[in-house]
Parts: sequence; structure tokens; C-alpha cells
Amino acid sequence: MLIVACIKQVPDTTQVKIDPVTNTLVRQGIPIIVNPYDTNALEESLRLRDRFGGRVVAVSMGPPNADVTLRKALALGVNEAVLLSDRAFGGADTLATSCVLSAAIAKLAEEDELTLVVCGKQTIDGDTAQVGPGIATRMGLTQLTLVDSVENLDLKARRIRVRRKLEGRHEIVEAPLPALLTVVREINRPRYPTVPHRLDSLKAEVKVWDNKVLNLDVNTIGLKGSPTCVRRIFSPEREKGEILGDALRDPAGATGLLVEKLVQKDLLPL
Amino acid sequence: MTSARLLFTALFAASIIGFLAGSYRRFRLLLLGKKENRFDRPLERLRDMLVYAFGQKRVMAKPFGVNHTIIFWSFLVLLLPNGEFILQGLFPALTFQRLPIAVLQPLTLAFEAVSLLALAAVVIAAARRLFFAPAYLNASYVKARSVDAFLILGFIGILMMAYFGMHAASIAQGKEAAGWFAPVSTLLSRALAGSSSEGLETVVAVCWWIHALVLLAFMIYIPLSKHMHILAAIPNCYFKNMEPASIPPREEFVAGREFGVGRVVQFTWKDLLDGFSCTECGRCQAACPAAATGKSLNPRQIVHDMKVNLLKNGPFLHNGGAPVLPLIGDQGEGSSREDALWACTTCGACMEVCPVLIEQMPKIVKMRRNLVETHARFPEELLNLFENMEQRSNPWGIAPTERAKWCSSLAVKPFVKGETEYLFFVGCAGAFDARNKGVSVALATVLNAAGVSWGILGKDEKCCGDSLRRLGNEYVFDKAAKENVAQFNEKGVTKVITQCPHCYHTLKNDYRQYGANWEILHHSEFIARLLKEGKLKLKLKHKVSEMGRSVIHDSCYLGRHNGLYEAPREVFSAATGAMPGEMARQKEDSFCCGAGGGRMWMEECSGERINLARVKESLEGKPDTICVSCPYCLTMFEDGLKDIGADRVRVKDIAEVVAAGLGS
Repeated sequence: MLIVACIKQVPDTTQVKIDPVTNTLVRQGIPIIVNPYDTNALEESLRLRDRFGGRVVAVSMGPPNADVTLRKALALGVNEAVLLSDRAFGGADTLATSCVLSAAIAKLAEEDELTLVVCGKQTIDGDTAQVGPGIATRMGLTQLTLVDSVENLDLKARRIRVRRKLEGRHEIVEAPLPALLTVVREINRPRYPTVPHRLDSLKAEVKVWDNKVLNLDVNTIGLKGSPTCVRRIFSPEREKGEILGDALRDPAGATGLLVEKLVQKDLLPL
Repeated sequence: MTSARLLFTALFAASIIGFLAGSYRRFRLLLLGKKENRFDRPLERLRDMLVYAFGQKRVMAKPFGVNHTIIFWSFLVLLLPNGEFILQGLFPALTFQRLPIAVLQPLTLAFEAVSLLALAAVVIAAARRLFFAPAYLNASYVKARSVDAFLILGFIGILMMAYFGMHAASIAQGKEAAGWFAPVSTLLSRALAGSSSEGLETVVAVCWWIHALVLLAFMIYIPLSKHMHILAAIPNCYFKNMEPASIPPREEFVAGREFGVGRVVQFTWKDLLDGFSCTECGRCQAACPAAATGKSLNPRQIVHDMKVNLLKNGPFLHNGGAPVLPLIGDQGEGSSREDALWACTTCGACMEVCPVLIEQMPKIVKMRRNLVETHARFPEELLNLFENMEQRSNPWGIAPTERAKWCSSLAVKPFVKGETEYLFFVGCAGAFDARNKGVSVALATVLNAAGVSWGILGKDEKCCGDSLRRLGNEYVFDKAAKENVAQFNEKGVTKVITQCPHCYHTLKNDYRQYGANWEILHHSEFIARLLKEGKLKLKLKHKVSEMGRSVIHDSCYLGRHNGLYEAPREVFSAATGAMPGEMARQKEDSFCCGAGGGRMWMEECSGERINLARVKESLEGKPDTICVSCPYCLTMFEDGLKDIGADRVRVKDIAEVVAAGLGS
């Protein structure tokens, strides 16, 4: 059984600023972290492997320094780590990214039976939530997004049952394998790496695959394969807040004002 | 040779063999421990051994300890007549009776007096255990009324009584002289006056044999019981920690190793010797804030469990086998529970009171290291802390770029190599915690008023790693320490002012293991110096009334760990014109606020909250202001006061008290 966990290194967005001139993220000097949702994807992959056997391979597309991110995955216990890195992959939008990741996953699936691809719900830098579904569509995998619990994995019948976290409700879905899951933070609490694992991960091999390995048409990857173009990027102006009534002296009155306001703005579904 | 003498010789040989075999078995167990160098500075060690072991300094810190000192010194003095007793048993001609009278009589008087004192002391000790045992004598596995305790008291008592009986009968027989030099035996001999010579002979023989058998049994019994402390405690005082602070050494991060202590043999020989030195007096238990508020931690139990674990696993370990009883787990006696290990605030109260200088706290930290590093097992609320520390170098995970925001209203200069004299190491609480930012501002104002050349590292400042280290996350601490030391050295920092005792302790003591040797000053210490040198001038007018009635709280990491008790008090009295009020437990006996040792970042679910216990104590003096000198204490007191609805009482850091004294 092969489980592929897709992870991405992202700038620590609590510390990110946008360059007002170039409309791009100021990345210089900003620490890099593993996309938080991806830590949950990794954890779920490891838990499923620990329960059902098989292997977990962590895959990331990024610059050569993304090696650090994959070593973190190794320290958590993944069996193998593959870095997809090539100048030709650079500048990719979600479409081109899913193209490269799909090709890498397909290549991994040549040696082993692909059961699951697990991604985070979205990344905290782009916030598009498109790469996971993109991979599923390209590879013809069952697409199960926003999973907050894997209820059952039946390897014999090749079926999976998951719970999806939707707005105000849950949805339980049973579907055939192989499947791609995108997971939300509530699905688990990621483990903490032990020191022996950390030390091993420093020595472990991170495979690096470039486009010579994947052999993709250059028009489908990187900047060339990316139809998205950013016109403008900006932090939205925040409107000034307002204090309603005096909640300390007259909580009921203040609450009444608040409800009125919410209804007025159509923010309270009645 | 008479048959009695033959029998005694055989019994004596057997008991010596028993004693040596028992002691050797314990000694071999010590050798299972890891190496640790405690052989340096022999003269200072000798001095401390005299003070703590022979001088019984800590023992007598509690009034009842005098009773132990009497037994201890009686034991030493009575080694002489007991040595004579054995020699005479083996070679009847070797007896003190052959000494000249001028020596014999004072000697006899001394032995009689000491024996009487010892007898009284064991009776008092037994009565204490029976009728008015303090709560701290009882723990899960060892009780005040343990067989072990009464056996030893009984042994000593019987030895004394047999001694008197033997000599009284000898006097009655006319074999020994009566007189002022043997008051007890002479008095007793009168009671035997009318007895027949056979009767007296029998009394002598019975007393002699009782004395002989108890003495020989005692020898065999010592190394097999908690009374091993008779042999271990004196060397334990010699091998005490000589460093300014009791901090486990650095770890080497090499693949294929285990980290921390997860098996008893991963302790050092000195840790194991601590186990044999413990007499289960329970003083650490009485001082421990966790034990006092109903947590599962009991420092005495930690040491006891380590010893039991060693004894139970010893035979298997000698043969290179695996331990049969885990060191950390829920297996009862001989295993330490994880929740107990996590309950420690590393306040050091246990080590402060231990009469034989046992180091309980470092053992807890070593076992935490094993849980965190080898097993990644820890209370779940620590996961965020560890990640925040590693990722953003502060406990809250706030962006490092925000570090200098506390001083946005002041003109604070960055530390410039070669220009700035003092680095103000603000610390995470001082930089990020809303309330403690006020303390940073107050201190900055004071430093400016005194015209000190100082600067900050701003967003380049990193967490000192105190909580990481106390929580056993040595791997991440190691990285933080190396980064900080490198940055300080690169920036040419030599003098550092901290407003947090935890930063203070870590920079001053922990970083010594990383070759750091800077002048580290806690702000209370530095302000005291500025006042003394006349650089800081304070206006006293109306300040006392503003403070109202005040009480001072000693931070564990400033006080017990670094001995700074006077500086905060001096500064307080200089700023307000009056000494602060004191709590019942103060200075060395100060009771932790509950936040040290990484407890700041953990839930406190069992028992009473430690901060509430301390807040209640502080309110006994009906204060208007509680004066602290630590950001953690500040938070814990304010939270505690709110919890019990007493938040009209203000909590002030010493820097705020001084800043208020500056006038405007």
C-alpha cells in the first residue's frame, strides 16, 4: 500500500508582508515552515500506515532548500521523501503544480499500489485549495476534500469511508480507492519528532527529481504552463469597528443592538 | 578459648561477612551508573562534608533535627566502647579497664552520658513516630510507623539498655568500680544489690549476649535497609554538587543513542548514591509545592522509586539483561509516574532542605528528557509551546518582528557593538506579554534616568530556552543556546541586564556549559548597584502611601537558584522608604508561584492550584501591594488574585516600584 503525502514549504505568514511596489510577498528573511494543514496530512498518512501497513512517501515541489521541509517529514517517520525541483517547475500556478505532482505520484505508483494521496486542505500562502483537487482530477482519483476523520479503510474491498467537515454540518462519504483526501486541522494532532528520528533524518536521503526524471512537456509546467496571472495583490483595508451599547451595564441591550445590526447586514440567517 | 568466645568469634565473622557482602552489593549497583566527575576541589568538598554531614547543618534547620544530631554524634562517640566491646569479645584481655584511672573515669563518664542521651533520643524519636508524626513522614510506600524505623530505634535503644545492664551488674559483682564517673550504672547496680553472685553472673551474660547479638545484627542490617544512609550520606555530602546551580549536563546528539534517563542505569553513580543516602525524612516532600497542593509528585518518592528500581533490576542488569521494572510508568513502587514528573516546577525547594544534599530536581529533568526526546511523550499542551519555540523562538508563537513593539513609545536604542555597555535582554514575557511589557517600560525608564549606556537586540533577540530545558526538550534548547551564545559573541555583548529570573539563570548558569562567561545581572541587582553608586536618585515623597501595605515574594530562580534575596528588598526600601512585609515562607523557604519548570505553559488539573496556595498565603498580611521580581510570578499572582476575587490587591514588579519612585 502506498500513501503519498503532499507537503509544501510556505513562508510563516504571521510574519509576511507584501511589497507594495512589486505586489509580491517579501520572502527575504521570513522563516519557512511546513504548511500547517500539510502537517495534518502527514500525520494522517503516518497513522494510516501504522494501522494498515505499507509506506508513506512525502512529496514536495519547491526550490532546493525545500529539502529542509522534507527532512522534517522524515523526522516524523515517513519512509521516503521526494523533492521535485527544477528551474522549469518555477513560477507554477495551481494547474502547473498539480501537473508536476501528478506525474511524480504516477511514477511512485509504478512500483507500489497507490492507495491514497493525502494533502492539506489548502496552503497558508496561496490559500487556493486547488492543488489537491487538481491532482485528483488529473489522476482520476476519488476526490474527498475537507476530511476531518477517516472512518474506515477497507483494503480488500478497496473502499474508504470518511467524514467531511462542511459549513455547519458533516457529511459521511464512502468511495472507491484510490482516493485523494484533503484534510482539515481537526483531523488529528500532529506528532512531535523524537530526537533519534531527527538525527536519522539528517542523514537520510531526500530524492530529488527534476524534469529529466519526470519528462513533462515544458508548456504544461512552470510559468509557461500557468494560465493564472496576478494583477494586483494587496492587504484589504479594514473598516473601523464600532462599539455597540454598553455590554457591561446593559448586556441585554447591547446584545439586542448586535442582533439588529447583524440582521440588517444580512449576516444572521433567520 | 571458651566456647562462648568461639561462638562470638564465629558470629562476628559471619556478621562482618554479611556487612561487607551487603555493602559490596550496593556498591556494585552504584557502579552500574554513568560516569560523573565529582572528584574535583577536594578541600572544599571536605569542608562541606564537615559542615553538612558532621555539623548536621541542614538536619538542625528543623528543631526536631537536634534529636537526630544527638543520635548521630552518640553513634560516632559510641563507636569507641562498641569497638572495645567487640575486641574484648574476641580477645578478653583488650579492655578499657586496663587504662589508667585518670583516663578511664572521664571516658566512662562520657560513654554513660552519651548512652543516656542516645537512649532518650531514640525514645523521643519513637514517640514522635507513634504519637505526633508530622504528615510529611508518610508517603505512598513508606510510612511514619514503618517496621524499618522502629527496628533501628529498637536496636539502638536495646544496645544502650544492655550496655547499662552489663555495667551495673559488673559493678554489683565488684568487677568494676562504682562512682561519679558511672552514674547510671552505679544507680542501677543498687537495684541489683541483693542478688546472688550466680544471678549477677547471669545478668552480665544475658546483657552481654543481647548487646553482642543486636550489635552484630545491626551491622548486617545496615546495608540492607534505608539505614544504608549511615554509610552513604557522609560521602554523599562530600560528592555534593559544587556548581552554582544544579543543572544536568549537556547531551551529545549522536545517532543511535538514547536520550535522557529512561532506565535506571542511565542515571550517574552520584544519582544512585543519592538513593542510598535518602533516609526518607520527608523534608523535601514537606517543601514541595506540587506535593503540598495534592499533585502526584513527591520528590522523596522520586528518589525512593529510583532506589527500589535499582535494587529490583540490579541482579538482571549485572548480567547484561533487560530491566524487569520500568523506571517511568504506572507499575507502583519502583516506577515514577509520568504525571508526577510533569508536575515539577523545578523550584528547587526539595534540594534546599535536603539534609544530605540529594539532588531531586535534576533527576526529574533527566527523566523528562527521556520522555520528550526519545519518546516524544508529553502533555499535549506542550506541543504548541515546543513548535512555537522552535519556529518563532518565543512561547506564544508571536512573530519575532514584534519583539521590539513594547518600546514603541520610548526611544530605545539597539545594542551597538563597541558602543553600548549593557545589553537589556528583554525576554519573551517582557517583549510580548501585555502586562510584562509595562515592566520592560518601567525598567527602561529607570535605566535612562540613571544614564546607563544600554541597548536591545530587538527582533534579533531569541528566547533563552529556559522552559525548553526544564521541560527536557534539550535538543531544541541546545539549538537556542548555541544561537544565543553565537549572537552575543558576535555582537560583543559582555554585560547583560535581565528582567526575568529565568533568563537570568539560563544565561548565567546554563550557558556556562556553552562556554559563556558574561556578566549577567538581574534588574533588582543592577538597580541596587545604581542606587549604591549614586547614579540613580529617587524621590521618596508619598510613595509609601501609594504602595500601601506591601509584601514581597521571592522568585525561585532568583532566590533559591541564585541566592539573590537582599537586592529586591534593598531596592524596595530605597524606593519606598520602608522594608517590604514578609510572607510566612520567605527567602530560602519561599513557596513557588507554580509557573517554573515549564509549568507556565501547562494545565494544572489535579489538586489545589499552586498559585492560589501562594496568593492565599500572601494575603495573610492583608497587603495592598504584592511585590515580585519575575514575569511568571507577576502573571501567577494576578491570575490568582482574580480567581479569588481579591484583585483590588496590586501586583508590582520591583522595577515598577522604582520607576514610580523616580517622580515625574
